[in-house]
Amino acid sequence: MAALGSPLRTLRGLLRELRHAGGRAGRPYRDTPAYRHIVAAFRAHRVTSKKLCRAQQELHFQAATYLCLLRSVREHTALHQEYHGKGERSPEEVAGLVGFRLPQQPGEKG
Amino acid sequence: PVGPGGGRAYAPPAERKRFYQNVSISQGEGGFEINLDHRKLKTPQAKLFTVPSEALAIAVATEWDSQKDTIKFYTMHLTTLCNTALDNPTQRNKTQLICGAVKFLETDTVCYRVEEPAALAELQKNEWDPVIAWAERRYNVAIGSSTSILGSNIPASTKETFVSHLASYNMWALQGIEFVITQLKSLILSMGLIDRHITVEKAVLLSRLEEEYQIQRWGSVEWAHDYDLCELRARVAAGTLFAHLCSESSTVKHKLLQD
Repeated sequence: MAALGSPLRTLRGLLRELRHAGGRAGRPYRDTPAYRHIVAAFRAHRVTSKKLCRAQQELHFQAATYLCLLRSVREHTALHQEYHGKGERSPEEVAGLVGFRLPQQPGEKG
Repeated sequence: PVGPGGGRAYAPPAERKRFYQNVSISQGEGGFEINLDHRKLKTPQAKLFTVPSEALAIAVATEWDSQKDTIKFYTMHLTTLCNTALDNPTQRNKTQLICGAVKFLETDTVCYRVEEPAALAELQKNEWDPVIAWAERRYNVAIGSSTSILGSNIPASTKETFVSHLASYNMWALQGIEFVITQLKSLILSMGLIDRHITVEKAVLLSRLEEEYQIQRWGSVEWAHDYDLCELRARVAAGTLFAHLCSESSTVKHKLLQD
């Protein structure tokens, strides 16, 4: 079976990601359907008995997978913004890279 | 076919401004729906966006609610998977989907071995042999591995076993599984994920074993390696979660039958 680590760690990680993911400032992340659903699911499966073992493992795997999704999307978006999000340089900037300035064309003044 | 803006007809624009305040979920006749303010979300082909699982609807709603000033569609993997399941733009039926998936077995990443460099061949043996052994035990099939450029010789009975196993999943879950297979380039690693034998991080690592080997030798380039790694993890995590959430009701039924 997959090496998942501690469920508590997964839960904490998930709640942390949800806090980062909250798009609208001022809206408490605890108020979101995702937060409520995850907390309720973890509470419901807290009873440790042999009968529930498989369900617990399924839930933990889903939670760990979702955590991976949220975390990877956040990291990917950050990398995208940093390296690929700035668009093209203007002609002036490109000229400036090699120490040139673009010539002033005669119709452009005034 | 070319859509407005010069893009492919089925692909939405990469980004647009967030145009809604609130995201909520409601339950309709066909399943769970997503509301952006008072508007119901639709698919690219203008069908009503409905999903069979509440947990999936919540996760999709979270994707929409996480968008800040602009909607970054390329980060909304669950939404995209739902749109694909609802619109089926490639118009494939279940049999075609399964055949396409099982075809990957012939050149499955974990079966396709190098002979040199020796260090990489050794790494492949140590990391991939156990997963193949697991799959052979779990499904009672012969798979093996090969250094031939043509790929390994997979017995017909092995393919049949996987075909009938995949047929036990519903169409939605299958879309998720097939997506994971195309991303990882491996049927075996995907089954490892679906059967919860390995985590997404591990599956992605095993899929990218050669890249990781080269990175350890030559160093990592953040804007390429890490970028690709995060994107692959996100997609594979989304596909796996999607497949599990869409086959959830069958898991529940199975448990009830067992009791």
